[in-house]
Amino acid sequence: MSTSHRLRWGVCALLILAAAACGGDDDDDSAATATESTEAEGPTGSITVFAAASLTDAFGEMADRFEEENPGTTVELNFGASSALREQILAGAPADVFASANTSNMDQLVDAAAVEGEPQVFVKNELEIAVPAGNPGNVDGLDDFGNADLNIGLCAEEVPCGQFGREALANAGVTPAQDTDEPDVRSLLTKVEAGDLDAGLVYHTDVLSSGDAVEGIEVPDEFNVIASYPLAALSASGNAELASAFVEFVLSDEGQSILESYGFMSG
Amino acid sequence: MTTHRRRSRVRPGARPPLVVLPLAALAVAFLVVPFIALLQRVPWSSLSDRLRDPIVTQALRLSLTSAFSAMGLSLLFGVPLAWVLARTEFPGRSLLRALVILPMVLPPVVGGAALLFAFGRRGLFGGPVFDHTGFQLPFTIWGVIAANTFVALPFLVVTVEAGLRSADRRLEDAAATLGAGRWMVFRRVTLPMVAPSLAAGAVLCWARALGEFGATVTFAGSLAGRTETMPLAVFLALQSDRDAAIALSLVLIAVSLAVLVPLRDRWLAV
Repeated sequence: MSTSHRLRWGVCALLILAAAACGGDDDDDSAATATESTEAEGPTGSITVFAAASLTDAFGEMADRFEEENPGTTVELNFGASSALREQILAGAPADVFASANTSNMDQLVDAAAVEGEPQVFVKNELEIAVPAGNPGNVDGLDDFGNADLNIGLCAEEVPCGQFGREALANAGVTPAQDTDEPDVRSLLTKVEAGDLDAGLVYHTDVLSSGDAVEGIEVPDEFNVIASYPLAALSASGNAELASAFVEFVLSDEGQSILESYGFMSG
Repeated sequence: MTTHRRRSRVRPGARPPLVVLPLAALAVAFLVVPFIALLQRVPWSSLSDRLRDPIVTQALRLSLTSAFSAMGLSLLFGVPLAWVLARTEFPGRSLLRALVILPMVLPPVVGGAALLFAFGRRGLFGGPVFDHTGFQLPFTIWGVIAANTFVALPFLVVTVEAGLRSADRRLEDAAATLGAGRWMVFRRVTLPMVAPSLAAGAVLCWARALGEFGATVTFAGSLAGRTETMPLAVFLALQSDRDAAIALSLVLIAVSLAVLVPLRDRWLAV
């Protein structure tokens, strides 16, 4: 009796919550279309940018600067492994722009006709050896990645930094004796920072972002592999004008200098 | 009411209140539809080839070994802890319980990083151990088991503690009056009384360990044949080959059902 009353109230509360949530969505949509229709000069409204995790800091600043220079616009950012973002976009996630850490994920979107126009390489990144502060394993180059006595980490073959890392090691003629194949570069860095790995093969920008916990050792140019990051507006975008304006901004001198300040090489 | 609890089976013809059925149906749909969607994507034609891949068998063996080990360790240490939480009074007990539950709330990746800072090669505790013995948990199956136990143990403790609290203590008192020692009472009266919660807790704990991803990869790393469990293999496969990931998930689901379905109600009637 009293329990069934309580249950009924609980159900009502749930229904009200659900209704409120739906109502909220509708409001957002109408607000978005309203701003779109009151176009003054230049694009307005909002877009969502899906970007590779390694772009987190750089694209945060990129979006801020873009919004500053284009009043009335909002850039939402969603970061993750490029492959995970690719899956989300293919499954219909509301993305307007995709910035991938490698070409193969972008190519799959091109094949699925999810991309507007031709993707453009907007930035490059090179590999670097990350060692814990103080370099306890006395690592001095790619050769040490074959040393079974050291704790060595790579990214897994399935993710871009793992592919590039293996290419670089193959270029140097080193068969890696790694103790772990990490699912992404951040998780590899965590173990280097904690001192549990003596060395890991990551991107130059990751070493910069780790601050004092990690030291970088350059990979010689003749062995190094350069990662190319492609960028494209997506065909499912609800605001194609703003999406392409953002792509242009990233490719502009200003956008490129933001990326360079985070250690990327200009595309 | 506790005395009638254990045999209260559902009577045939019991009529649930009207509001219950549609809500229960929605709950079932919500839980089951994703699995149906997954089944619909299974690459049936190439399935047997994919499952014969040594990566799959290695990962499955590792997953089962570590999940059962985590369950065993949780029983060994978790039951005494649950008893302390349920049956003793001391200042700071609710703080202790909150600390025990913390790994359930913590994002597993954070838990894994914390394990690294504690038991890693340069960790608070792991550092001295490594310096003296050269033994390290990360990158070994012991690390996988440690990470699994860390996230799974609270499930057992919470379930068993609830069982101990609702058990009829008069039976224990009676046994004690009849001359049974404290260990005898615990073993012959308390444990049998909480057997259903014990079983439920162990199953929850095992299931949580089997699906564990974040803490494992952060603490123990991921190397095929050594530390790469099924969830890690699924995640990595998803990066490059969705069909392989779905095939692996199917194995994990099948194994879980094979363990969970035969348990039936009587073991889980907490």
